[in-house]
Amino acid sequence: MIKAESLTHYYGPYPAIQDVNFGVRRGEILGFLGPNGAGKTTTMRIITGFLPPTRGTVTLDGYDVVEQSLEARRRVGYLPETVPLYTDMSVNNYLKYMGTLRGMAPSAIKPRLSDVIDVCRLGDYRKTHIGKLSKGFRQRVGIAQAILHQPQLLVLDEPTIGIDPIQVVETRKLIQELGRDQTVVLSSHILPEVSMICDRVLIINEGHIVAEDTPKNLADGLQGVERLEVEIGGPAAEVLPVLKAIRGVHDVSHTNRDGRHTYMIQADAGQDLRDAISQVVIGNGWSLRGLQMVGMSLEEIFLRLTTHEEL
Amino acid sequence: MRTAQAVAWKEIQIYFSSPTAYIVGLIFLALTGFFFTQDLGDPFPEATLTPFFDGAIIVFILLAPALTMRLLAEESKLGTIELLLTSPVRDWEIIVGKYVASIVFFLVLVGLSFLYAILLFVYASPDPGPIYAGYLGLILYGSAALAIGLLTSTMTNNQIVSAVVAMGILLALFFADRAFGSISGKAGEIVGEMGLRGHYDDFARGVIDTTNIVYFVSVIAFFLFLSIRTLESRRWR
Repeated sequence: MIKAESLTHYYGPYPAIQDVNFGVRRGEILGFLGPNGAGKTTTMRIITGFLPPTRGTVTLDGYDVVEQSLEARRRVGYLPETVPLYTDMSVNNYLKYMGTLRGMAPSAIKPRLSDVIDVCRLGDYRKTHIGKLSKGFRQRVGIAQAILHQPQLLVLDEPTIGIDPIQVVETRKLIQELGRDQTVVLSSHILPEVSMICDRVLIINEGHIVAEDTPKNLADGLQGVERLEVEIGGPAAEVLPVLKAIRGVHDVSHTNRDGRHTYMIQADAGQDLRDAISQVVIGNGWSLRGLQMVGMSLEEIFLRLTTHEEL
Repeated sequence: MRTAQAVAWKEIQIYFSSPTAYIVGLIFLALTGFFFTQDLGDPFPEATLTPFFDGAIIVFILLAPALTMRLLAEESKLGTIELLLTSPVRDWEIIVGKYVASIVFFLVLVGLSFLYAILLFVYASPDPGPIYAGYLGLILYGSAALAIGLLTSTMTNNQIVSAVVAMGILLALFFADRAFGSISGKAGEIVGEMGLRGHYDDFARGVIDTTNIVYFVSVIAFFLFLSIRTLESRRWR
């Protein structure tokens, strides 16, 4: 559906994104993840044809967004990050207007309008001026205009920013439902959100794609180290050096919470040290109170990938 | 084309529901009403709309930019331009739609001023030629002023900047005919011919000259063209 090749965009002398390549399959939900200023919005603006790339190309369904802009734009529904709306129009009139701009026939707009208003739960606010709506409802109007014309591709820039937690859950559910028949590209800096909704994640930082995989693979594969959380009944001063001496142990950190001693053991990749640890603990006459493998959270992977630091 | 209609219709609705447009209308009617009645106190008043036409074109230097400043500057400011430009709408459809809306509102204002003409026809027997020609001139002049205002609105996201720059261009064009005397040779002639007022005065005297019609239509086409290119330039690499 989308094919982006060596996308580069400069704002003056400053590169916002550099040599970004990616593809999106039809029916996929792709998440752009990255800190603020990483280049997510710039990338989405290029996809939607709002901003021309300084270098590189994007095609939507085979249509170049610059050269065949009109054809490409026909396929897109877009929700910009700021949710720009005409505040002096009613929800109904606004959606009708956007439908017409998107090339819908007047006869097609009417039935579709009531569907979309149902889906976005705007029923009680059809006649309300958009200026009087709260942020959460404006967001719904923004989503409504993006899906109104049933575009093949939905581009949602930070769709859950600034709305209350209940609405966030609703919005995520809505996006997942939409993702069943449409291709969705969304951006977020909230990691659990992306791992929950998306089929695939692109982690973008300082204008470069630093990782690309399914949320699960990112969490499983990229970590490089396995971690174990162990709670041991025994004097910490003695336990620590013993644990560190086990073959395959990379590092051990110790925390004491109200007399409960837990140790975070980092093992080299691919090592399962559970047996070794339990034998050592019991062999020393201490008690093993808990032993658990801890995967790396997306959050940690994200930090690792974007801050150039070892955890 | 249907999208241009939709853009125009939306803008017309906004004109008729926004205070700015009504304030512009009020000022226009109050001032031109004053110009119209000005000479009526003379012992031998002339049944003519010339004072009205002469005044109206000055009033429009100030009011036309006020009508057009919102058109695209506000879209840039609110960010709605992002949705407009990512919709499958051609740039000319946006510009033409917005322009037509401003023309419609302007024609309503001009239509209200027909009252002056009706009063003249009821209470006196004016020469109809200069009145018809004058209205044609006023409509062409106003349409040109609105095209200039639309261009400046396309260039900025600040409505005040748009209005002030448009007023500057209008004033410069208004007084350009002074170049006839002050700049010597061909240059003075060229600049002078660009003047709005010189081409308007014939209409007010009841003369419909094709040259003048071509002049105003060219000004309108030129500024609309620039507006479309300016909007389009957002997509240039």
